[in-house]
Amino acid sequence: MNVYADNAATTAVSQAALDAMLPCFQDIAGNPSSLHSPGQRAAEKLEEAREIFARRLHASPREITFTSGGSEADNQALRSAAALGARKGKKHIVSTKFEHHAILHTLTALEREGYEVTLLDIPPDGVVTAQQVKDAIREDTCLVTVMFANNEIGTIQPIAEIGAVCREAGVLFHTDAVQAAGHLPIDVEEMKIDLLSLSAHKFHGPKGVGVLYVRRGIPLVNLIYGGAQERGKRAGTENIPGIVGAAAAFDEACANMEKNAAYLTPLRDKLIAGLTAIPHSILNGDAQRRLPGNVNACFEGIEGESLLLLLDAKGIAASSGSACTSGSLDPSHVLLALGRPHEVAHGSLRLSLSEYNKPEEIDYILEVLPGIVQYLRDMSPVWDELEQGQRPHII
Amino acid sequence: MALYSDKVMDHFQNPRNVGKMDDADGIGEVGNARCGDIMRMYIKVDPESQTITDVKFNTFGCGSAIATSSMATELIKGKPISQALQLSNKAVVEALDGLPAYKLHCSVLAEEAVKAAVKDYYDKNGIAYGPELQSCDGDCESCGVEH
Repeated sequence: MNVYADNAATTAVSQAALDAMLPCFQDIAGNPSSLHSPGQRAAEKLEEAREIFARRLHASPREITFTSGGSEADNQALRSAAALGARKGKKHIVSTKFEHHAILHTLTALEREGYEVTLLDIPPDGVVTAQQVKDAIREDTCLVTVMFANNEIGTIQPIAEIGAVCREAGVLFHTDAVQAAGHLPIDVEEMKIDLLSLSAHKFHGPKGVGVLYVRRGIPLVNLIYGGAQERGKRAGTENIPGIVGAAAAFDEACANMEKNAAYLTPLRDKLIAGLTAIPHSILNGDAQRRLPGNVNACFEGIEGESLLLLLDAKGIAASSGSACTSGSLDPSHVLLALGRPHEVAHGSLRLSLSEYNKPEEIDYILEVLPGIVQYLRDMSPVWDELEQGQRPHII
Repeated sequence: MALYSDKVMDHFQNPRNVGKMDDADGIGEVGNARCGDIMRMYIKVDPESQTITDVKFNTFGCGSAIATSSMATELIKGKPISQALQLSNKAVVEALDGLPAYKLHCSVLAEEAVKAAVKDYYDKNGIAYGPELQSCDGDCESCGVEH
């Protein structure tokens, strides 16, 4: 049996998205910047897509900018808010230790340019609090950026509460909603979100398309200079097939959100129960306040990459926060921020489901996984020491 | 997965000489759980001929760590110690039809595990050896080996 359980990495394009995209490769092939009819047909498609995102996010179309993906949207959001802050002499940014690297590495670059960054600690349940944000905001804070849901452990952050804190303090609030968009309700008005990034390929849209929502009145700075596309804020001929597919996928995901969550949550909980029934394993992140399709657990005494390879050999595609999968010596910064020791973080497994997964696939994972964990433990000198009592069990 | 050669996948999925050896003459352990790799190698030595008659390993680590351990045991089994000590990480990599660049350190660990096991055997039997047997101390930061 083949099971794709890595939907937090990327998803397959939905039929609705593909159907919407196909005409845009040949029939509707004009450049939206062209005056002629083929160009204007493409421009119409572009604006229809913009309206879909605006409607679903409770924004207005002019607040929607298309980018090449979530990372570009994150970069542009942070650089725009930082530039605006600098103009007012405010160069302090608040974020968290478990953001995506698109945020963390942009913040590192801003630090080199003279900004000061405070990264909030992650509580053991993987959910930061609005109080933490409130306590970190200073007179010179220009931006708070907290992800909507974590990409590794799936925990959902109290975005509306953080938005309220920021609005009251007069600080811009950005959220990286790449994992949340299409899976959790988002209302930028109600949640007091000033900037938001999302990526189409996380909800069955195509790769290479992102959206940056920016509240009216907040000026964007360019990352890419050139033509006047996207009101001059993002040069380059628009990726019409991608944008149209993204909008179709988002529309579909939002329309089916409740149904999908109701389907996925019991499957997720079944997986969590099965994984944590393996001795010396632990769930990463709060069991309830997490994305409907996210499961992330650590198994003591084994290393994640070998676990992934053996699962792959059984047809199961998953992911891990082990160092070996990243090419560095350190395991996932998310698991470390959560307080997992290095040796435990190396043995992590993320299974991320979508509504395309079938219940029998969950049974298959649970049938195969315990044996693989045991096989690797039997081979592991660390497990040997744990079992001999020469090394204390941590989990 | 195209990440690894067929040989690596074979040694990872069907590791040779895996397991504990209760009556080992020498045990070498290198690496560090913090860094995500630990190899423990057990050798049985014939005192007359100074030949490695049996070898086993236990490894905590990624696919290539397990594969390099397995290959290293194959390459030294039945060989005189003097020959086992000549085993280079490069030979392990070549025998596996290559490793991705960022996985080369696994092959270094395999070479060092063999040396550590021989060193342990020498220590236990009062056999003198040179500085070439000073191996991995488990501190990845201080290792200084380019890998």
